[in-house]
Amino acid sequence: MTSHRAKPWKLVVLVVGMFGFGFALVPLYGVLCKITGLGGRTGDLYVYDPASVKLDESRLVKVNLLTNTNDGMTWTFRAEQRVLRVHPGELNEAKFYVRNTTDRVMVAQAVPSLAPGSAAEFFHKTECFCFARQVLGPGEELEMPMRFFVSSDLPRNLDSISLSYTLFDVTQLAADGQIATGA
Amino acid sequence: MSAVIETHHDDHAHGPAKGITRWLFTTNHKDIGTLYLWFSFTMFLIGGCLALVIRAELFQPGLQFVDPAFFNQMTTNHGLIMVFGAIMPAMVGLANWLVPLMIGAPDMALPRLNNLSFWILPFAFGLLISTLFMEGGGPNFGWTFYAPLSTTYAPSTVTFFIFGVHMMGASSIMGSINIIATILNMRAPGMTLMKMPLFVWTWLITAYLLLAVMPVLAGVVTMMLFDVHFHTSFFNAAGGGDPVMFQHIFWFFGHPEVYIMILPAFGVVSQIIPTFARKPLFGYDSMVYAVASIAFLSFIVWAHHMFTVGMPLAGQLFFMYATMLIAVPTGVKVFNWVATMWRGSMTFETPMLFSIAFVILFTIGGFSGLMLAMTPVDFQYQDTYFVVAHFHYVLVPGSLFAIIAAVYYWLPKWCGRMYDESLGKLHFWLSFIGVNVTFFPQHFSGLAGMPRRVPDYALQFADFNMISSIGAYFFGFSQVFFLFIVIKTIRSGKAATARVWDGAHGLEWTVPSPAPYHTFTHPPTVTDAEAHS
Repeated sequence: MTSHRAKPWKLVVLVVGMFGFGFALVPLYGVLCKITGLGGRTGDLYVYDPASVKLDESRLVKVNLLTNTNDGMTWTFRAEQRVLRVHPGELNEAKFYVRNTTDRVMVAQAVPSLAPGSAAEFFHKTECFCFARQVLGPGEELEMPMRFFVSSDLPRNLDSISLSYTLFDVTQLAADGQIATGA
Repeated sequence: MSAVIETHHDDHAHGPAKGITRWLFTTNHKDIGTLYLWFSFTMFLIGGCLALVIRAELFQPGLQFVDPAFFNQMTTNHGLIMVFGAIMPAMVGLANWLVPLMIGAPDMALPRLNNLSFWILPFAFGLLISTLFMEGGGPNFGWTFYAPLSTTYAPSTVTFFIFGVHMMGASSIMGSINIIATILNMRAPGMTLMKMPLFVWTWLITAYLLLAVMPVLAGVVTMMLFDVHFHTSFFNAAGGGDPVMFQHIFWFFGHPEVYIMILPAFGVVSQIIPTFARKPLFGYDSMVYAVASIAFLSFIVWAHHMFTVGMPLAGQLFFMYATMLIAVPTGVKVFNWVATMWRGSMTFETPMLFSIAFVILFTIGGFSGLMLAMTPVDFQYQDTYFVVAHFHYVLVPGSLFAIIAAVYYWLPKWCGRMYDESLGKLHFWLSFIGVNVTFFPQHFSGLAGMPRRVPDYALQFADFNMISSIGAYFFGFSQVFFLFIVIKTIRSGKAATARVWDGAHGLEWTVPSPAPYHTFTHPPTVTDAEAHS
């Protein structure tokens, strides 16, 4: 009988384990996205070392820059230049413009998404406004730089990359002290 | 239920307590099974009423009866109530009644836990349904409650929904632990695993599925709770979260969930068809292995619900082929049911009619599932009425028909009285016609591009929707007729014999009808005729 009594407790361990597994899926998903570019996730800040980066002037890659504001976000947000044609390996700079159109101080966070996802591991940002949040007073405007390069390992069949930024209003989240910076 | 309370001469132990406390405090598997079945039928009628509100609104194009916000609450709650309130508790009710009787056990292994797992449910659904009457309305984000619709943009009652889901999850988990413990520990001597009736096998595997995925569901609603109230950002992109991750975690639960609803139905049909074909089940071993393989595959196909959110080509191919692979063990099962009927001395009593309809109509639902499994065409079918037609074909003439078949098949054992065969057959034909008139046209409106979860639609879908609505009311009222038949049987049906069906095999048919309050207090002898039915 003792062996019989033990079984339900083993099942409870399974249940607790699966509850934990549900939460473990969150970091696992993050790792998976980082490896595969799933969900268009771009990498963290990258240090550009001209010595180790191979320049490929034989081809041009079209980089489309898209900007959106999230539902309820009234700021003006645009890329100064919507399309860039870049050589793999060369360091490029794109400029983005934001303006707080409201009459109060607001905090914004831009979240990037890259398409196609398979290009994400070849797209490196050496400086980006998306790694920090922006605090702007009423009517204040800001020009924000973003530096990046495309690795020369980018597969030949990819000649166009779209990088989209969505600007979120995180004033409330920032006030609550609950915000993750960087993306 | 009055017939169940009747005491009998062969009732050797003490009988049930009197009055309401019998039902509140009962630890008897038969009482709890009865409670589960009545509860699920009540939920079925409530969920059905919500469906009829939906179909009334869709009877004609334009907005007639309800505003879109209320319509969204109807679709959401219809789905939640039918999945978690009607189908799942009905299957647990059948397990409660039948598993101990089929394996020769005196009761469930953990009778008090059994009482608790039932009595959580009325509170869980009370909580959920009460939100419909609250300010701001009930859940309106679809039964799949995708974030951020269910977090950032949710009505304030979402917290009640979350606690409701926690409670029904806890109920399912406790029920599953009980079923596994019963099956593994309490089989009569000689009832080896490979001699168990197939219904017991399917429930054993279903219970493991429940234990594996209900905690994940609890986890995902807990994350929602944190996002809504504690400013975390699991699913909030602004704070570094990812709404698509919600869909992955949800469907990691959600896909095994659909097999949780269909596997016990496979078990029911595998009991009924051999009885009325008067032949042993064809390919018993392959049936067990097929159920086990379906259960395994159900864990690795979840992303076929979300092809259109974007994923690498390799992912699309993997989930497409893995999904199509499920058709193989399912095909084995359908083949075995047909082969069981092949050259059998078939008769067509009501349970058999529902079971044959199950085999045919579930297969249609399976085929539309295969169409949806193909990634390129799924981009066309995603979120259309074709999907609605598909999952209603596997759930209504699938799971629900199996439950109705089970009720007709075992009702004489439960209450000691036979149902009226001609009324049963009439109910079958009304249901069969109703279900097809309701859901078959939805294939066509879906293929033509009608989106699901909309209160209004373009004019070209008007005819199909009108047919569908007429069918829905027809089907709905046929189920009220079913209630009438069941009550009539319990009150005034003819006395049933112990064996009930001349082709029936299994330990449950060796006890008198109605089954005494306590059975198998001494383990029965398991003979070849009664095992492996």
